[in-house]
Amino acid sequence: MLLEYFQMIDSVEELDLDQGKIVAQANVPMESTVFQGHFPGAPLVPGVLLIETMAQASGFMLLSRLNFEKMPFLANVTSAKMRSFVEPGQVLRVEAELEHDGSGFAATRAQILRDGSKICDSKLMFRIMPFPSDMLKRAMLDRFNRINQTASA
Amino acid sequence: MSSTFETVAGIISETSDIPLEDITPEKNAFTDLDIDSLDFLDIAFAIDKSFGIKIPLEKWTEELNENKASADDYFVLSKLCDRIDALVAAKDS
Repeated sequence: MLLEYFQMIDSVEELDLDQGKIVAQANVPMESTVFQGHFPGAPLVPGVLLIETMAQASGFMLLSRLNFEKMPFLANVTSAKMRSFVEPGQVLRVEAELEHDGSGFAATRAQILRDGSKICDSKLMFRIMPFPSDMLKRAMLDRFNRINQTASA
Repeated sequence: MSSTFETVAGIISETSDIPLEDITPEKNAFTDLDIDSLDFLDIAFAIDKSFGIKIPLEKWTEELNENKASADDYFVLSKLCDRIDALVAAKDS
């Protein structure tokens, strides 16, 4: 995770396009400027960044299903529960699955686990739209190719 | 068994916090009920799941943008329900 750059997913471990499922890993850094404010003397990953992490896992799954022809934008956090604190150095398993593939939108369910225990979960909705720029499309594809560990599977 | 309109009205009321009695067949979801496009995604999601269909929102939007149809053709609730019935019939045929 590079929290300052909103790069939340470090690797994609499993991807099932037919089922609309993804498993990814996110490694919380030991150091980040985010921890200077959240919180002094008690560093914790902010809940909004955990939601972002679940959204990015969902997003990579949706992008893959869309063959990177369109971009999913987070539109609605239908629900989100933060069940446990997340501290520097922890390794997170991020799971997301497609709940509904609509016309121009998609809904997912996602959760983050640490050592097998669920620490947060959410229901998310995305608008599926044309990429606003070729640069973004290339950046998303490049990022996915760097983190995707399933390509050779 | 609820009619299509009753089901749709219930979905709109629940997702958009609109009293059921204000939701009538001649109302346009956007211009009369002040539902915005984000709220309509929730409604489309609930309708899709409830009826087992996929409302073709992208196609409708494209047709609206190309002036091939008016918003009333899709979003007046009686017409929306007719389209839902047609999608259900097509799915079942």
